[in-house]
Amino acid sequence: MTVSVGWYVGLGAILFSIGFVGVLIRRNVLIMLMCVELMLNASNLTLVSYARQLKDIGGQVDVFFVLVVAAAEVVVGLAIVVSIFRKRLNATADDISSLKG
Amino acid sequence: MNSYLIGAALPDVLTFFLAGLICVIGALGVVLSNHPVRAALSLVMTLFGVAVLFVEQQADFLAAVQVIVYAGAIVVLFLFVIMLLGVDKVEKIAKEPLKGQRIFALLFGLGFLALIMIFGHNHFSMGQNSVVGTASGGDKGIVQLAQATFTNYLLPFESTSLLLIIAVVGAVILVRREGPFDTEDLEDEDESRIVEPGDDGLATDSSNSSDLVETPIVEGEDSESAEAI
Repeated sequence: MTVSVGWYVGLGAILFSIGFVGVLIRRNVLIMLMCVELMLNASNLTLVSYARQLKDIGGQVDVFFVLVVAAAEVVVGLAIVVSIFRKRLNATADDISSLKG
Repeated sequence: MNSYLIGAALPDVLTFFLAGLICVIGALGVVLSNHPVRAALSLVMTLFGVAVLFVEQQADFLAAVQVIVYAGAIVVLFLFVIMLLGVDKVEKIAKEPLKGQRIFALLFGLGFLALIMIFGHNHFSMGQNSVVGTASGGDKGIVQLAQATFTNYLLPFESTSLLLIIAVVGAVILVRREGPFDTEDLEDEDESRIVEPGDDGLATDSSNSSDLVETPIVEGEDSESAEAI
């Protein structure tokens, strides 16, 4: 018998909140993307924990799909960063203000 | 507080707290480090910790996929872009770009944490058990995962393949140079790499692909001639 699911959900909540605060306070777009990965991982941990608790393999299948979506998201996000960097020579979020009214 | 841990064996408790500590330290490293490379390596630390927790919860296949896809592919992609863009210089993290932003962000994050904790504690989201099959450890778990993926979740599975194709095409279009395909740059790069008098690059389209093949041959000839001399 392993540790109860509540502990895993609490750890997932802590990891998610760290990633959340990171997206809010960091200005480097790459690190913001890393924080998004952190949040996705926290939700993965929660999904696996509930899959074990509810004895339902569907949670693990969801984690599988989250992994694929995370990979696609990183590919597109980094492509956007590279294309912005080519025009602006900078990768901080404060410099991307072309749409400001 | 200890009532949660009743029934859990000591190795499981130790594994959970050690891996959880590794995860939290790595996550804090991602947020607080002022160097992007250090942040990426801290992310690897968190990913490995989460993989350990997956193994602890009998999700062996997902732990392997986590290490291979996340730590192997995604973080390497991050590091590749960091090195490619040359943004690996230290960011001044001490200066606050927007006054009062960090305080509000921290308060917001703590409130958010409290909300998730309350919801998670109350187990408000317990649904119907075992819609597509029970999860269990070992090889059986992998078989069940495969069966669920290729029967009940076949349409989402196929949709992810479409998603991946769209992502690849989108990435190619995003980083493509503007305008029609410019052969001038390619000729310049080729001439700087291989010095061949007499090749003025008239047949660029054919030489473009053949140059890639030719490059080692030319270098090989050079080294051979150098050895002969």
